[in-house]
Amino acid sequence: MEQLVLLGDEAIAQGAIDAGVTGIYAYPGTPSTEIKEYAERSREAREGKINVCWCANEKTAMETALGVSYAGKRGMVSMKHVGLNVAADPFVNSAITGANGGLLVVSADDPSMHSSQNEQDSRYYGKLAMIPILEPGNQQEAYDMAHECFALSERLHVPVLLRITTRLAHSRAVVRRRKEILEQNPLTLPENPMQFILLPLSARKRYRELLVKQERIAREAEGSPFNNWIDGSDRSLGIVAAGIAYNYLIENYQDGKCPHPVVKIGHYPMPVRLMEDLYQSCDTILVLEDGYPFIEELLRGYLNRGKRIMGRLDGTIPRDGELNPAKVAKALGLPVHDGIPVPGLIVSRPPSLCKGCPHISSYNALNEAMTSYSKGRVLSDIGCYSLGALSPYRAIDSVVEMGSSITMAKGVADAGLIPSVAVIGDSTFIHSGITGLIDLVNSSSPVTVVILDNQTTAMTGGQPSMTSRIENIVEGVGVEKEHIRVVNPLPKNHEENVKIFREELAYHGVSVIIPRRECIQTATRKLKQARNKTKAGEETS
Amino acid sequence: MKKDIILAGVGGQGVLSISALIGLAAMKAGLFLKQAEVHGMSQRGGEVHSHLRLADVPIASDLIPDGKADLILSVEPMEGLRYLPMLSAEGWLVTNTQPFVNIPNYPELDLILQEITRVPHHLAFNAEEMAKEAGSTRAVNTVMLGASIPFLNIAYEKFEEAITDFFQSKGTEIIDMNLAALGKGSDFARKGRGW
Repeated sequence: MEQLVLLGDEAIAQGAIDAGVTGIYAYPGTPSTEIKEYAERSREAREGKINVCWCANEKTAMETALGVSYAGKRGMVSMKHVGLNVAADPFVNSAITGANGGLLVVSADDPSMHSSQNEQDSRYYGKLAMIPILEPGNQQEAYDMAHECFALSERLHVPVLLRITTRLAHSRAVVRRRKEILEQNPLTLPENPMQFILLPLSARKRYRELLVKQERIAREAEGSPFNNWIDGSDRSLGIVAAGIAYNYLIENYQDGKCPHPVVKIGHYPMPVRLMEDLYQSCDTILVLEDGYPFIEELLRGYLNRGKRIMGRLDGTIPRDGELNPAKVAKALGLPVHDGIPVPGLIVSRPPSLCKGCPHISSYNALNEAMTSYSKGRVLSDIGCYSLGALSPYRAIDSVVEMGSSITMAKGVADAGLIPSVAVIGDSTFIHSGITGLIDLVNSSSPVTVVILDNQTTAMTGGQPSMTSRIENIVEGVGVEKEHIRVVNPLPKNHEENVKIFREELAYHGVSVIIPRRECIQTATRKLKQARNKTKAGEETS
Repeated sequence: MKKDIILAGVGGQGVLSISALIGLAAMKAGLFLKQAEVHGMSQRGGEVHSHLRLADVPIASDLIPDGKADLILSVEPMEGLRYLPMLSAEGWLVTNTQPFVNIPNYPELDLILQEITRVPHHLAFNAEEMAKEAGSTRAVNTVMLGASIPFLNIAYEKFEEAITDFFQSKGTEIIDMNLAALGKGSDFARKGRGW
């Protein structure tokens, strides 16, 4: 059996490939990016047997995967947790249409916000859509679950949500690959020609079918190999451990044997029989889960009049942040080993824009041009340039979610702060900035939009973006040509760039400035590759 | 056998590649491993660390428990100190002394070096200097990798194999230079540890 050392993300991609997936779609976002990147490097993708694509955003990615499912083949879409907000419309409705070919939605949550703006828990989305949720506890389960999810989706005719968290997404371990690699499904349209037509008349019918299906969905979870009872003789405490939380529990016992009975959850809805057995046979229940208190809330109920349930809601475990072995040890009343305290002179080292980054020149020019106006009018967005909020730049006043810069700037201008400025990256502009720009044009808002075009999706490692078309798009949605200014953000062009920023800020209408210079990381990487190539050429000749 | 290692440095310094190389050597030695990395925003010049766990039995947690690390291997002097709460009472801090200064309030280097000497088991040295002796300052991470070997109970040859595999595409010159850097780091650490 082939053994591979894989990140949790990579294990998911391999599991999907081995299950005969036809299309994998994604928008880059930490901690989910490596799923698509791994799939892209696979033999199957290189030989053109599967489609692996970056999409404009998570919504378009989700819809494309749904299209693959519609055509009877297996489709997967992967995204970070906040990406599921963007894809929420097709996601929730895909539960109403149901799946034809297996449909797998992977959402990677980021408790502790290592690289995100919130720590929302995707399991609530799964519950909202009323579909099965699987949550792996280790890399092997990530592989096995991704593989099994397609068959599950086809048995139940619903999409399946696979939820992981950062720690598993970005941790490597050995994964045993299955011997048998499944063939792709044949092309087959849905048996019921109305299945994907969600007019109210048919949607009501589909929704009722989804409601009826709930019993089968629960039965599948009840008998799932990913939900287990691990017995223990000390019934003063019963433990529910979901996904990766189980590892932290076991880590706290020398021989890996917990003295208390444990229900290990990997497949939702929670298995009622196992939970009932645990609740009835133990004095107190401890819930260990990464993310929000999803299981804990359900167990407590609104009035919380049953047995004592310990977890994040009663303070046994901190309400925010990811779990770790020490937090679980404290919850179990076990000793925690303290190392040496951090010396007082250690200072934090926040991330910063790279030396030579084009955004530095853009922010320097913007800051100087903005000195003529009062503070608080630069709305920005998600990307490397979010770091412009920190010193020494302190150039931006908001970072909320993908695309919010342009539309918030319109709101700010409508409220009376004129001019207002939006600062957005090229990839984020493609993701969800274009529609906002259309709003600006439709109401001739006095907003200057700065599209920082570094010709890549830099924050997540330099994935391609559709860059060469930025000014065509801007012109196409109706921004006047003379107010579309492309500048080169280099220190030597500072004076000239400040002048251009000033001119456009003074214009009472929609203007767009596009500072364009390639990301220093991708540019350096390309240069190195070119040099290596020349060198290799010299050696062989 | 169980070895828990924290690798520390600054985003862009190559902490993940050291972690990957130790992981590769451990695989060749037939050990179980778990290696938790940090991707995303912190990679832009921020503090980064990796948890690497090796054992001859299956490993549960991807994260090393507080106060249980056997080794902190740091390519930057201040960054190694940041993870002292992770270090066990018998654990070692092995660190490069060359600072990476990309923040305005970086503490005085002498004070940092003093703090390092307060750690009961520590080994601090100029890895950049050693890398230069081996042929290039770019081999500084390989020197650090070498310095970890006396603490890991994995045969030296496994690391040589890992280096050879890892730099395969770069040609024999680069491989040899890195093998020299590996030897320098390893020799120094063996003496420093009193072997």
